Amino acid sequence: MKSYQEVFSDLRKQGRAALIPFFVIGDPDFDTSLELVKAAIDAGADVLELGIPFSDPIADGPTIQKADVRAMRGGMNTHKACQFIRQVKRHKDIPIGLLMYYNLIQQYGVERFCKDFHEAGVNSVLVADLSIDDADEILVPARAAGLDSVFMVTPNTAPQRMERIAAKTTGFVYTVSLLGVTGSREALSSAADGLVRKLKGLTQVPVCVGFGVSKPEHARTIADAGADGVIIGSRIVAMIENHLDKPQEAVREITRFLTEVKGALAAK
Amino acid sequence: MKHTGRFGEFGGYYVPEVLIPVLEELEEAFDRFSVDRGFIAELDQLNRNYAGRPTPLYHARRLSEHVGFQVYLKREDLLHGGAHKVNNTLGQGLLAKYMGKTKLIAETGAGQHGLATSMIGALLGMETKIFMGVTDVERQSVNVHKMKLCGAEVVAVEGGTGTLKDAINDALRYWTSHVSDTFYLFGTAAGPHPYPTIVKHFQSCIGREARRQCLDQIGRLPDMVVACVGGGSNAIGVFAGFLDDKDVQLIGVEAGGRGVATGKHAASLTAGRPGVLHGAKSYLLQDADGQIIDTESVSAGLDYPGVGPEHSLLKDTGRARYVPADDEDVLDTFGLLTRIEGILPALESTHALAHVVSLKGKLAPDTVVVVNLSGRGDKDVGIVEKHRPLKDPRKAE
Ligand SMILES: Cc1ncc(COP(=O)(O)O)c(C=O)c1O
Repeated sequence: MKSYQEVFSDLRKQGRAALIPFFVIGDPDFDTSLELVKAAIDAGADVLELGIPFSDPIADGPTIQKADVRAMRGGMNTHKACQFIRQVKRHKDIPIGLLMYYNLIQQYGVERFCKDFHEAGVNSVLVADLSIDDADEILVPARAAGLDSVFMVTPNTAPQRMERIAAKTTGFVYTVSLLGVTGSREALSSAADGLVRKLKGLTQVPVCVGFGVSKPEHARTIADAGADGVIIGSRIVAMIENHLDKPQEAVREITRFLTEVKGALAAK
Repeated sequence: MKHTGRFGEFGGYYVPEVLIPVLEELEEAFDRFSVDRGFIAELDQLNRNYAGRPTPLYHARRLSEHVGFQVYLKREDLLHGGAHKVNNTLGQGLLAKYMGKTKLIAETGAGQHGLATSMIGALLGMETKIFMGVTDVERQSVNVHKMKLCGAEVVAVEGGTGTLKDAINDALRYWTSHVSDTFYLFGTAAGPHPYPTIVKHFQSCIGREARRQCLDQIGRLPDMVVACVGGGSNAIGVFAGFLDDKDVQLIGVEAGGRGVATGKHAASLTAGRPGVLHGAKSYLLQDADGQIIDTESVSAGLDYPGVGPEHSLLKDTGRARYVPADDEDVLDTFGLLTRIEGILPALESTHALAHVVSLKGKLAPDTVVVVNLSGRGDKDVGIVEKHRPLKDPRKAE
């Protein structure tokens, strides 16, 4: 199974940042979602960030909230998400990070969750509503199962806390570029650049940036600041929402968009 | 964070990282100002002269005759705004002011907390935004109007079932992008630490007064204290006065909706299991996967799938007992109290009364039961009329 370390060190050698698209698993249904994720891989995704839909996603803006609702209506649940990941890995071995809410893990059983999802091919679990203060509730079973840890840093995180977060991280630091929830933004947050530079000065672990990254230029700016990866969520999820009646259109549009971002990341 | 915010295994602060510094700032401010003499004096003055504290403890003689034991009502319904909510909004509003915040946001279900926040926003000259589910905006239109009159903006939340939990989701989301100048005035003893502790602190005047009034008026402590439980703020407020009095039974009454057996209810402690929602570990109504399920209750203020973490602990330790009251019994009890006491109780508070009425004939005549009458029912007259029309021949006796 491909590790974050392999992927990020390869990319560092190439001088390129990782392209990391985000999808809600099962949006709008199992089969369409699988097709979309495969298309994103074929368009050059280096890592995948996948969400298991939750009824009360407090860190998410309207676009991903609606995707959660679609996926849940389409019958997605934790068990099926595990099958979904197995099928993605059959298409290609690329690292997968989960981004989700704590209650789903609690109810599945933390140890069992880590074991089952690692076996299915997941590299890390980022719990949106679990901070490093309580992270040990999941870190111990996650490590035992072989999962890497990923935590968030935000523009208002104090420097000392950043260090603590980086110290607990074995996968990558998920840098939230703005104060707010997920969602497309016209302009990239002005905080992103400084935050990446600060983190790069603090830690050796890869630093990836997400939330509000919506355009190829945004990705380029983040890469120029020294980030190891860019995570693009809402912009892609909105493309699914805009073509619910014609999923093939969504596949084409997402492919075209990711190819463009990939190009922007490659250009020196 | 200085404290863990735990009540046994429950509570904590399960929030996105962006909110951690904000909650830390709040915890620090609360630790500092809750013992600050200037703050305490100003709050005390406002509680007396603005809100109307202390509230009376009233021996409801006709209701007592009806049930066969002694019922005392703690009259939080007489407070400014018509509910216990003002105890908390005055406290937190003043805290916001002392912290130098200029804007208030709040979630609301029945509209009582939204109204109580809007009043304080007006009083303290702070811009106020209230998040309210669309369903609740519809069924509590009078309160919506009052909030607007106080100058607040009411945001109708479309997501989910359009009730309290969705309003909390959106208020939390809004807060994450407005952390520097905005104070989130949380309405109940739930949510992430330090809210359960803060809300209990500001609501515990209810229990403190009630205990003293029992000693003064009856010459002894009550045998039982009963309160309705939505998120749990009025209940923890009145329980707080008696937690150390081991002989005083504490009973929380949850929304039984159409009956716990039907699945259409909001009785988290009676029928839920522990999980994490809105920043805290507590009993929750959820499906097997952990998705939060829709709740149902005739009273908007109890229509919430979670509950404050301290109640989860009190349930597990057995210090308090939690029971449901169904919509039908609540509506009957609303009619009863208005007819025999001339008091219109809020449908939320009526749950507590309905449980007391269900004990009719089962307790010794000298048993003393204190019921926290958390609010008045003016806001609910339309809903009651819909379910129990006055012209209904069943009620014409
Ligand atoms: C009068 C009244 N009582 C009780 C409640 C329930 O809240 P809590 O359980 O926090 O007291 C509400 C909520 O709106 C209310 O308006």
